[in-house]
Amino acid sequence: MTYLIAFAIIFLLAVIVIQIGKVTELASKIRGEEEVELHNNNTQGKWAVIFMVVFLVGCIYSAYYYKNTMLGYGPLTSASEHGFELDSIFNVTLIFTGIVFVLTHILLFWYTYKYRKQRGTKAIFYAHDTKLEMIWTAIPAIVMTFLVARGLVAWNNIFPTLTDQDKFVEIEATGYQFAWDIRYAGADGKLGNKDFRLIDLAKNSLGMDWTDEHSVDDIVLGGTDKIVLPVDTTVRVRITAKDVLHNFYLPHFRVKMDAVPGLPTSFIFKPVKTTKEFRQQLSEYPEWQVPADPNDPTGPKRWETFEYELACAELCGKGHYSMRRIVEIVTRDEYNVWLASQKSFYMTNIRNTADDPYKGKKLFSFEIKAREQELKTEFAKVLSDSAITNTILLKHVFFETGSDKLSDLSKHELDNVVKIMNERASMKVELGGHTDNVGDAAMNQELSQKRASSVLNYLISNGVASAKLSARGYGQNNPVESNDTPEGRDKNRRTELKIISK
Amino acid sequence: MANTTIYEEDVLIKEQGFNDHFHDHHHGDKYQTNFIFHYVFSMDHKIIARQFLITGMIWAIIGAAMSVVFRMQLGFPEESLAWIKPFLGKWIEIDPTTGMGKLVPEFYYALVTMHGTIIVFFVLTAGLSGTFSNLLIPLQLGARDMASPFLNMLSYWFFFLAGIIMFYSLFLSTGPFSGGWVAYPPLSALPQASSGSGTGMTLWIMSLTFFVVSVLLGGINYITTVLNLRTKGMTLWRMPLTIWAFFVTAILGLLSFPVLASGFFMLIFDRSLGTSFFLSEIFIEGQALDRVGGSPILFQHLFWFLGHPEVYIIILPAMGLVSEVMSVHARKPIFGYRAMVYSIMAIGFLSFIVWAHHMFMSGVNPFLSNFFVVFTLIIAVPSAVKVFNWITTLYGGNLRLNTPMLFAIGFVSMFISGGLTGIFLGNSAIDIQLHDTYFVVAHFHIVMGVAAMFGMFAGIYHWYPKMYGRFMNETLGKIHFWGTIISAYAIFWPMHYIGMAGVPRRYFSFESFDAFKHFADLNKFITIFAIISFALQLVFVINFFYSIWYGKKMKTKNPWGANSLEWTTPIEPIHGNWPGNLPVVHRWPYDYSKDEREFIPQHIPLKEGEIGDH
Ligand code: HEM
Ligand SMILES: [Cu+2]
Ligand SMILES: [Cu+2]
Repeated sequence: MTYLIAFAIIFLLAVIVIQIGKVTELASKIRGEEEVELHNNNTQGKWAVIFMVVFLVGCIYSAYYYKNTMLGYGPLTSASEHGFELDSIFNVTLIFTGIVFVLTHILLFWYTYKYRKQRGTKAIFYAHDTKLEMIWTAIPAIVMTFLVARGLVAWNNIFPTLTDQDKFVEIEATGYQFAWDIRYAGADGKLGNKDFRLIDLAKNSLGMDWTDEHSVDDIVLGGTDKIVLPVDTTVRVRITAKDVLHNFYLPHFRVKMDAVPGLPTSFIFKPVKTTKEFRQQLSEYPEWQVPADPNDPTGPKRWETFEYELACAELCGKGHYSMRRIVEIVTRDEYNVWLASQKSFYMTNIRNTADDPYKGKKLFSFEIKAREQELKTEFAKVLSDSAITNTILLKHVFFETGSDKLSDLSKHELDNVVKIMNERASMKVELGGHTDNVGDAAMNQELSQKRASSVLNYLISNGVASAKLSARGYGQNNPVESNDTPEGRDKNRRTELKIISK
Repeated sequence: MANTTIYEEDVLIKEQGFNDHFHDHHHGDKYQTNFIFHYVFSMDHKIIARQFLITGMIWAIIGAAMSVVFRMQLGFPEESLAWIKPFLGKWIEIDPTTGMGKLVPEFYYALVTMHGTIIVFFVLTAGLSGTFSNLLIPLQLGARDMASPFLNMLSYWFFFLAGIIMFYSLFLSTGPFSGGWVAYPPLSALPQASSGSGTGMTLWIMSLTFFVVSVLLGGINYITTVLNLRTKGMTLWRMPLTIWAFFVTAILGLLSFPVLASGFFMLIFDRSLGTSFFLSEIFIEGQALDRVGGSPILFQHLFWFLGHPEVYIIILPAMGLVSEVMSVHARKPIFGYRAMVYSIMAIGFLSFIVWAHHMFMSGVNPFLSNFFVVFTLIIAVPSAVKVFNWITTLYGGNLRLNTPMLFAIGFVSMFISGGLTGIFLGNSAIDIQLHDTYFVVAHFHIVMGVAAMFGMFAGIYHWYPKMYGRFMNETLGKIHFWGTIISAYAIFWPMHYIGMAGVPRRYFSFESFDAFKHFADLNKFITIFAIISFALQLVFVINFFYSIWYGKKMKTKNPWGANSLEWTTPIEPIHGNWPGNLPVVHRWPYDYSKDEREFIPQHIPLKEGEIGDH
């Protein structure tokens, strides 16, 4: 049925069109072909002029009408430093091309009208004019040279090479179908290595390589968190992709660069207006003073809800149009506060799990420092009068597998213990060894005893009076977690320090 | 014009023409025996030209209809498209609660991709250059046919095959290819990246590979014919600008399409043989692929090494047609004939060293862009020269403002408007902001899409009598012209503004971005005009087919009073083009309004002291 109706409509249309067409033939029969041609030239010539006027006026008026919605004009001046230069080159180009556009169109359509064939008119024989042709070859050439020169100077400034001496904030954007992952370089200012083979969607969606120490302090934003960046600071964005091409596009900052799997790219820019300042700027324009949601006239105004946005600008599949993230530019102080509140991905999700290559092998200097502090508070707690427990877990005491030999790392923890022990003359402690339930219980008993003694010996040889110390192996008898999981067993293998007297 | 002139001219060819003994052998006519070989597997260049034209028109309607569908989605996202469901089936998704129908995003992207591919390759390459190179090269050069009529026939049938495959891919259950007409890997290389990248992409590549074969067969023929089969007296500098344009176009195609083909082959290997030309370090669908060391950017280089010349492969023939049509109907020589030829050559040459201007933001070394910016903006100079020459051709003319002439003038307007925006994009610094926004869409649709269509329309209206012995209807032609130029500008001009606001192209919906969603009015406006302009093209189609049988008859051989040789052939086309001797050429093709004569065809001998070249 639908097809039938469609067909009928098309057929009807065709008949009408053909009938309109018959007018020509009728006219030429009545008036003669020559007459019709001249009449036609007059009409068409007039149409050409009318079209030209309406078209040019329409172009200029509409450009003016929409000016403030376009980047670079009115409220939407650039939010990045290099953007101003780009906008200015755009405008210079617009002036040159605008003049050419208007002049050539006036000539084109005016000549169409003026030189239309009328009764008795003739064409001139004017085949070429070397001088004229030289002039109109030279003029575009000169204008182009000027535009190229300005453009290239700006272009090469936008892509400088930063050295380690330069101060900049480094972040990384990784595009995938259909979102972005954002990573910050953390305190060391350097992004750790990645390897796509290490990607594990549950635990390590970026494929960060934990054996690279630069990874340790890298921060990975949650899926919908705003990308926070400081104002007036150079930002280098490292841009990568996991699956297909994407494009890191920040319209307000004039930033755009493809994200290519296997080939990291980058873009350097400097935000010059905080989100708040930009909103302020928008608030001065009436079109931004309307309610953001037309259905909620009392709600926030459009300018109040403004956010800088990140979009994808390279076709990447069916969800290409939905890869939005919000970017928030804040003052440097606010940025520092925000950054301090962010946790390193490794420390929160990876450290001391089975995926951690440094587990029991390495302590980071910040961990050692933090542990020293922590141990002090833990001692203070167990020594206070209101103490609920008298046991401290010696977290950073490690042994070589299956042996009672202390690993080198343990010395940081034990040296701290030495210091504290020596500060309190009366304090007596018991060092307790614990194992998991793997293997023979008697053997575990023996191993735990030996391990406790190793710790005791270390403390003595580092200056703690032997009278203050005792060592005891508990074997597998006092688990703190279930022995059924590797993580639980891991927790059960431990060394504890029990206060015997304060 | 007076009948006596024509009579004189016939006598001229008979008595002073060049006898190549063509009709002594009757070898040509053995192919002409039955319907199948006359109309279907024809080797006659005039028939092949019409085959290209009609196939191109069918594809144009399909391609344009697709754009109307996706424009509906963009212009009226809140309007239900449920009523198209009978045609599109599962590609329209109906919300069960509201009953609201919308295009499935995958299919939106498939439509955009198919629209681009079809229009660029099937309509504006095959339909335009295939039609007019075939029709005009032998006729305007005074040749009996192409150098190899057989390869010429193959060229059409490879195009036909390419079309069949592409058409078939539209009906796949996973949909046709949907990764954009530029088909960048990895999206195009990995079936898991998109449903259209599976069988749809396989068929897309197959189709276009056959298409490349078609272009190469055609191109080699055009070049050989131009170099070897010019009639006596037809020196290179006496060739009409149409021929110059087709000639350079064919050279561009011959040099650039093989590069695309090599890119396609590498892509096929990546897709099915496990190579990694374009793939590296990919993690997709929960899996790290064992593909390293390739570069997706390499494909872009290969693609644009064709892609940029391709845009000139599209526009040069249109320029040639427009130059010829304009000169004939202005009754004036084309201004700066030699400058026009040199510009065509310069554009042709430069078009090979600017390709990376499509890749400023692709991750190529920014330093390299310096060279491409310089070359790209140099191309604006010969382009500007051509525009000035066209305008000056009008100056002092005696213009017949009929439909072909109007389209020629419209072409110049479009070429100016779209060419000027190229100057913005060619400057890499400005392109940071404009790349992959609607500004680019506006640029290339105006300068290439609409301009080339206008050139093609000018050519069709002008040479229609040569093809079908009848004229197309003028009233309908004028409705077609004014309607089209107005709606084309109404569609593409506002896209500049949307692009300058930063709105990216290839977005199924703008709703999720505050920065992009405030152009609903403009998008509606654009869509309305897209529908209007589509309807206007149907007027053209009706006019075209109606006129084949009922159009005004051509009563004289040379109705436009043109100088080039195609108008010396009989009204009723014959195999071998000229009944007896071939015309001998004495002068360039643009002696209009010279020495008090309105026109002097090329085969008229020079008078005492007259010069035949310019
Ligand atoms: C004045 C001369 C021209 C210059 C300087 C120029 C420059 C450019 C540049 C730099 C781009 C890339 C924009 C981007 O993706 O960011 C572009 C895109 C394009 N241009 Fe031009 N152009 C010119 C004339 C033409 C002509 C004559 C045609 C065709 C007849 C054309 C067709 C195209 C097409 C098809 C695209 C877009 C391809 C795509 O990304 O899908 N251009 N132009
Ligand atoms: Cu995308
Ligand atoms: Cu190009």
